[in-house]
Amino acid sequence: MSDTHAQTVSFVRDTMLPEAEPPVGNRGAILWMRENLFSGWLNILMTLVSLYVIWWALSHTMPWVFNGIWNAGSLSECREIRNATIGADASAACWAVLGDRWQQLMFGFYPRELYWRPILALVIFFVAIAPVLFSRVPRGMLAFTALSPFAMFWLLWGGSLWFPVSIALGFVLGWAAWRALAPIAGTLIAMIVAVALPLIYWFYTAGPLARELEQVIALSIEYVPSQDFGGFMLSFIIGIAGIILSLPLGILLALGRQSDLFIINKISVGFIEIIRGVPLIVWLFTASLLLNYFLPPGTNFDLMLRVIIMVTLFAAAYIAEVVRGGLASLPKGQYEAADALGLDYWKSMRLIILPQALKIAIPGIVNTFIGLFKDTTLVVFIGLLDPIGLSNAIRASAEWNGIYWELFVFIGLLFFICCFSMSRYSLYLEKKLQRGHH
Amino acid sequence: MTTTSDAPKAGFRPSQLIYDTRYRSLTIQVIAFIALMLGLSWLVSNTIANLSALGKDFDFGFLGQRAGYDINQRLIEYDSASSHGRAALVGILNTLLIAVLGCALATIVGVLAGVLRLSKNWLIANLMAVYVEGFRNIPVLLWILLIFALMTEATPQPRDFREGGDAAMIFGDSIAITNRGVFVPAPFWGSGAGLLLAVLLASLVAIFFWRRYAHRTQEQTGRILPIGWGTLGLFVVPTAVVFLALSMTSGRVTQPVLATGATEGMTLADYAGSQQAINACAVPFSTESLNLRRLMRSQEIRFTYVPVEDAAGALAALEAGTCNILSLPASVDLATVPAGAVALSDTIRRGMPVEFERPVLGGFNFEGGLQLRNSLIALWLALSLYTGAFIAENVRGGILSVSKGQTEAAFALGIKPSRTMRLVILPQALRVIIPPMISQYLNLTKNSSLAIAVGYMDARSTLGGITINQTGKELEGMLLLGLFYLVTSLVISSAMNLYNSRVKLKER
Repeated sequence: MSDTHAQTVSFVRDTMLPEAEPPVGNRGAILWMRENLFSGWLNILMTLVSLYVIWWALSHTMPWVFNGIWNAGSLSECREIRNATIGADASAACWAVLGDRWQQLMFGFYPRELYWRPILALVIFFVAIAPVLFSRVPRGMLAFTALSPFAMFWLLWGGSLWFPVSIALGFVLGWAAWRALAPIAGTLIAMIVAVALPLIYWFYTAGPLARELEQVIALSIEYVPSQDFGGFMLSFIIGIAGIILSLPLGILLALGRQSDLFIINKISVGFIEIIRGVPLIVWLFTASLLLNYFLPPGTNFDLMLRVIIMVTLFAAAYIAEVVRGGLASLPKGQYEAADALGLDYWKSMRLIILPQALKIAIPGIVNTFIGLFKDTTLVVFIGLLDPIGLSNAIRASAEWNGIYWELFVFIGLLFFICCFSMSRYSLYLEKKLQRGHH
Repeated sequence: MTTTSDAPKAGFRPSQLIYDTRYRSLTIQVIAFIALMLGLSWLVSNTIANLSALGKDFDFGFLGQRAGYDINQRLIEYDSASSHGRAALVGILNTLLIAVLGCALATIVGVLAGVLRLSKNWLIANLMAVYVEGFRNIPVLLWILLIFALMTEATPQPRDFREGGDAAMIFGDSIAITNRGVFVPAPFWGSGAGLLLAVLLASLVAIFFWRRYAHRTQEQTGRILPIGWGTLGLFVVPTAVVFLALSMTSGRVTQPVLATGATEGMTLADYAGSQQAINACAVPFSTESLNLRRLMRSQEIRFTYVPVEDAAGALAALEAGTCNILSLPASVDLATVPAGAVALSDTIRRGMPVEFERPVLGGFNFEGGLQLRNSLIALWLALSLYTGAFIAENVRGGILSVSKGQTEAAFALGIKPSRTMRLVILPQALRVIIPPMISQYLNLTKNSSLAIAVGYMDARSTLGGITINQTGKELEGMLLLGLFYLVTSLVISSAMNLYNSRVKLKER
């Protein structure tokens, strides 16, 4: 019994001691450092090596960055300022080049008084993409999303408003044909007509129609030719156009590759493998050197449009493989259940298979988009002025001859911000979507 | 209750082609096939019309024509008189060279970074995260240009290596990093090099059998043989012993230096003074040629180097008068030497099986050694570091995919940590790591076409660049180039898939 025990011993503590803190070496920063930095001789060695590497890298770059000179008109002026203020031996970046030429790096040779147009187009893009990216945005916004490509096209290139309108009419025409024919003539005929009719319309009617409408009601803003596009604006346009156009094509190709129909399957496999087996730069040269051979004699269309087409086809082949992975990972029961419900192929794909497959494929799709965006820098080799092309142009000018690192750092940083945020978004999406499974 | 509804027995109606699922798939395929053929014939007819309008024809005869341009980086013999086909081959070999080098370095960097990113050391794990994110999110073209600019703008010029200059060679005066490229020691092969190589190959075969024997012994008896030490010993010991033995015997043997128009007993220095110009015949990359050059350099004799095939070729060249000095292998009888050629009093050593020639600073640039051009180095480093970042993520994902219970189970069985890694974790992780790694190798090979940015002469620069510009055969050139990349991709992916199917988990 405990109370007898209390009498036999001279002193027994009958209250709990207050909790004491662990010894100094076992808490807070010291504990953390002991566990994470100095837990064994190998760990200590790695810590020391990393510290040396960090010190070496920072001691070589930081003075250069923070001694940077922001106000100068040329590289030689930069050097004079450096010699006068911190001495000729010190290393100092000449950030003044960014202040002097940032418009070129961002917009290329786009007319200066029209900068509001690409900026507005970018804003429209962000508003349009919001309902796609975040499920909380009202669904009605999707109508705006559907219209936004035409608006962005008109803002960027300018010209008559009726041209994008007449192009958009083609989609309306196809949709109307589908709605009208599908109940009467069956899905197959309806689909063929819905594809063929807009194509015929675009080839033969769209151009004259736009011109006629322009004659009746003139609605046009200043036209800007593609040659004036450049810098990050060009990267964004090619990247975004490639992303928007390649996704539907990639999904179709993936479905084709999974299809039981022999010829459709082989066409898709051949297309995907040929596109993926050859580097993008070879495709871009094909676009700039060879495309004229494949088109009717006398056709000659915009280099930028050719690049967008090539980039789209290229990205579509990669997206097709990612989506195929998603399709393959679905259990067979999903396909069988869709068949058992009596849904036809397109309905079962649209309502049951694709929503699940795309969900699984989203990280891969975003990764493909990041790759596509980074690959837009390759257009410099066929003469388009992307940021890297413009950095060469800036270096060729008398004032900034010999400037490398400042431009590279700026371009690299902008690309990093764009790609890093995309990859973070993909992580966020992965986490959000994971709830449905397991 | 089951009802079977048989297909209607009535005869075939055309509307069944659309409404009956049995025939509809056929209809769709026929339509798709016709559309494809129409599209292709449209493209081909356009191409024919365009070609005839330009007065061009479609043939590959240009591959046999004289190329007329130089290639500074080549693995096989090539000069401007060679054909366009040969130039394309040089470019293709250069592409393959950068692909192999890049894949090797990218794997090393990627595995290291992937493992270190999982390290318990907070500092190094985060350092690796910075590396991976930095390289993954910036275009590879920018990295190539950046590293190329570093190599050409931020490295010292060769003249800075002179006395009083602020640059120094590294690794005991054997490697020089300059703005004209990196100079490394070049290997020279002496007599016995073939034997050395044979021993090395034999020891590799022995290692293979030793490992198989050790595995079988362990499976049959449970006895564990020292696989690692055995492998290391077999790899190092025989080759080292043969190298030392050959160096002892042939390394000290000396051989005469022959010269035309000299008198008996003349020294090399006297002879050089008596002649207008010295042309030295030697077999390229043989130790005799290295020692002859060393001798002449040590006496500060200026000479012209004439490459020959072998000893007989050297004698023939001596007779023809294209060179007036050569070092004669000891195996050649002095009686067969052409008239007028006399052995000088200087002799040179025959040399060891392998010797390395260090680069030394000459008049304007480094001489001797192997020059690795900046374009090659920049492309190699940039592609490897860029692809390494992706491989690091694959490796990290693969290791994380093996559940912790596997490690704990192995420890519970009393298996050592190193053996746990090798026998339990790695085989499971490799199944996850290999497939994405294959596609990274493919990406690296395709990205090597960015050589255009630094002027490295790969297949795209030769076949798809200068050749196309000179001959105007865009269609044929691009077709061949595309075919080359396509075949390379298919070969790499099928070879790797073969390996993949071997390491794959055998399921029921």
